Amino acid sequence: MPEVRDRTVPSDPATDSVAEPGPRPPARARRTTGALTGWGFALPFTVLFLLFTAGPVVASLVMSVTDLRSADLLDPFGVNVVGIDNYVKLFSDEKFLTAAGNTAVFVVVGVPLTMALSLLVALGLNSGLVRFRTLFRVGYYLPVVTSIVAISVVWRFVLQPDTGLANEILGFFGIEGPNWLNNETLALPTLIVMGAWRNLGFGMVIFLAGLQAIPKDLYEAATIDGAKRFSQFRYLTLPMLRPTMLFVAVITTIGYVQFFEEPFVMTQGGPLDSTLSMAYATYNQFGFGNYGYASAMGYVLFVVVVLLSIVWFKLLRNNVDD
Amino acid sequence: MTRPTAERLRSRDRIAKAGLYVVLFGGLAFVVGPFVWMLLSSFKSEGEIRANPPTWWPNDATLANYGNLFDRLDFPTYFTNSAVVAVVTTVGNLLFCSAAGYALAKIPFAGKKLLFGIVLGTLMVPSIVTIVPLFVLSSNLGLVNTLAGLILPYLAQAFGVFLMRQFILSIPNDLLEAARIDAASELRIFWQIVLPLCKPALATLGILTFLSSWNNFLWPLVAATGEETYTLPVALALYAIGQNRTEYDLLLPGAVVIVLPVIIVFLLLQRHFVRGIATTGLK
Repeated sequence: MPEVRDRTVPSDPATDSVAEPGPRPPARARRTTGALTGWGFALPFTVLFLLFTAGPVVASLVMSVTDLRSADLLDPFGVNVVGIDNYVKLFSDEKFLTAAGNTAVFVVVGVPLTMALSLLVALGLNSGLVRFRTLFRVGYYLPVVTSIVAISVVWRFVLQPDTGLANEILGFFGIEGPNWLNNETLALPTLIVMGAWRNLGFGMVIFLAGLQAIPKDLYEAATIDGAKRFSQFRYLTLPMLRPTMLFVAVITTIGYVQFFEEPFVMTQGGPLDSTLSMAYATYNQFGFGNYGYASAMGYVLFVVVVLLSIVWFKLLRNNVDD
Repeated sequence: MTRPTAERLRSRDRIAKAGLYVVLFGGLAFVVGPFVWMLLSSFKSEGEIRANPPTWWPNDATLANYGNLFDRLDFPTYFTNSAVVAVVTTVGNLLFCSAAGYALAKIPFAGKKLLFGIVLGTLMVPSIVTIVPLFVLSSNLGLVNTLAGLILPYLAQAFGVFLMRQFILSIPNDLLEAARIDAASELRIFWQIVLPLCKPALATLGILTFLSSWNNFLWPLVAATGEETYTLPVALALYAIGQNRTEYDLLLPGAVVIVLPVIIVFLLLQRHFVRGIATTGLK
């Protein structure tokens, strides 16, 4: 804003009104002090942030158009710029396409499932007839705060074919449980259910806050107008929850697109790559030392995250009238 | 309204209420059940862990599995690493993010908009995107396989600055101006006025940073190349996938050690948690 810079009077109205008679440094000096103190406070963060976060984001983009390999770190001159070759190669890389497909299923099925479950629990807890609210809230939230690695170990234990709790319970109902994680068609759905199990507490907390923010008199008015419970939900609760839903959808999607730990610990991407995710495929390429190619994969993941967030904004912002 | 109808309504309400409880408790059992089974099974003998059919309650409880964590693995080291990394990361973020957040919210300076723009721009970047350059950078700086290498990349995070800036914006300017007229230095204003007012935001940021650091997996998996710098999740995951026969007599107590401190902290602070997450979520 050049306009501000040219003014001789300090731009802050609060200072203008008070310090009139007393001695006071000229505007230019004040602005310099402002810049100095401003950067003084921001500098430690800025240095660390640029070096370890913003810098690598840019560096990754640069690396993605090179053929950088781990061996090149000793000899930087062996690196060639290959343009979009890495990106082109991705689309004929069967492993990557499989991984992208699995990730798509995980997100497309997992996000709505997780959101529906968390909304159901939130509605139940918000219905006004519930005691033990704290117990439920804490219990359902528990998996969100715990290590996904530990959880994956525990679930692998629960899902063991012969000695696991899951099949034991199914057996109680006369169902013979399968070998969940070793089955090509069942492994991914199992991880989806586990994802919903783990994340529904997060959505629940946010939905509860959203539900409590809806003014009570709206419901009173609706009841007086003779609206039944379901129509109240459909035409009052759901529209009022739109911003909350948008937030839960975006956060859940960002998390799910990156899913990695669960297949890493539970299935190592198998059986037959049926649980290989995009993040896992990227990690593998990094492990093989294909740094340029891995960076390109990572960037595709980033673009997917941004695109899906935009989709959610369009879907959930569209019909809001305010 | 006649009496019988009211009564029928009330009994219908009661049935609905009972149904709701059944569903909610069923869900709760589904969510908490695996944790309870993990805890109970960690006290079972190796044979009982492999028993078919599985048992719920341990036949004769033993602490032997926890001994394995010391005998067969170096759990004290992993635990210390995890704790050091999480504590330093948390303290660093509280300090750097609140200072930068204060500057971004209340002090006019050149480059402020650009800085905030960059911060916002990186909020959505998946961690896998920066893994490669971070690793290259770390190996150039000699940070691979050091605790500093696990800490530094997370010491100043975009989310923290965003949260602190938003919170500090709500502090009235008059308060700060009054202190400036009294010739208080900016540092004193920050330390004695701004920070005390930020306690709720600092609590939220502290809890969230500690948790995400304690549970962090991808970067430590890449950067901790030797056992001496393993954090708990890395040690557990590598042990879980490294064996031909999965040794649950070691993995279960390991999982308990990772999860239990977090659960205790969570139960103690759950009010702050839920409030903090709900408010940061909706802002």
